[in-house]
Amino acid sequence: MKKIHLITTFAFLIFIFTTLYLSLNNRKIYNTKDIIGQKIDTVELTLFDNSKTFNTKEISNYKFTLFNFWASWCAPCRKEHKNLIKLSKNKNLKIIGVNFKDNKTQAKEFLQEMGDPFFILISDPKGKQSVNFGIYGIPETILVNEDLTILKKYIGPLDLKDVKEIKKIIKQ
Amino acid sequence: MKKIFIVLILIFISTKLVAAANTKDEILKNLRCLVCQGQTISDSNSDFANIIRSVVDDKIQEGLTEKEIYKFLSEKYGDWILFNPPLKNYSYILWFLPYVLFVLGGAILYLMIKKTLIEKK
Repeated sequence: MKKIHLITTFAFLIFIFTTLYLSLNNRKIYNTKDIIGQKIDTVELTLFDNSKTFNTKEISNYKFTLFNFWASWCAPCRKEHKNLIKLSKNKNLKIIGVNFKDNKTQAKEFLQEMGDPFFILISDPKGKQSVNFGIYGIPETILVNEDLTILKKYIGPLDLKDVKEIKKIIKQ
Repeated sequence: MKKIFIVLILIFISTKLVAAANTKDEILKNLRCLVCQGQTISDSNSDFANIIRSVVDDKIQEGLTEKEIYKFLSEKYGDWILFNPPLKNYSYILWFLPYVLFVLGGAILYLMIKKTLIEKK
């Protein structure tokens, strides 16, 4: 009987310590693991010049598509822009820019000054379209394949490590 | 007769409006602001909260139910956006383990008391 008590007490203590350890390591911040592997919604997006709409279904025509959510007022977007320019030179990749809650004149000036890496430019003046992509701040970037499946999501400015990773994925 | 009819229509419309406002309020209180510290979308004035409020408004207008709106948002942002996430396989242990432990503890206590009483006799 004493042995059973000892084992029970020991098991209970292990249980408590494991629970506490796991709880302490549980980072209660939003991460992107839920969205990776999901297909993006079929939605109609308005082009920046308001001339036409773009249906996300059209992405299936391209091997890889990179959605970049940016604005001229966003300092980290300025920082990552050179990396987008580098990526835009890749034949396997089409970059779709989503201009998020921005002033159009300033957005145009931004692209004139920094260069335009976007194959298609979308306008999201109220930020509501970006919710379809699980965006909660900018810059954010999503890599999608021809099946419309999300392969990667980058929160914050793209750095050289991210560029390397994207290049590696699109080479496959 | 005409006056009664108008009053009834007004009551019907106001009831509908109040119900819609209550539904929206209920939804916003159950959504977490991802860029804030423990605030609901309803409490927050952040840019993200304003966008989500506006999207919830649109979804209600489109005729989506409360559950469908939660499903839409949790597909985009994960269950973390919900203050009251749905019960999933991995969360069963979390919810039912305390009850299992309670019953187990009770059984152990019962056996121990029973044994002591038998020994005393």
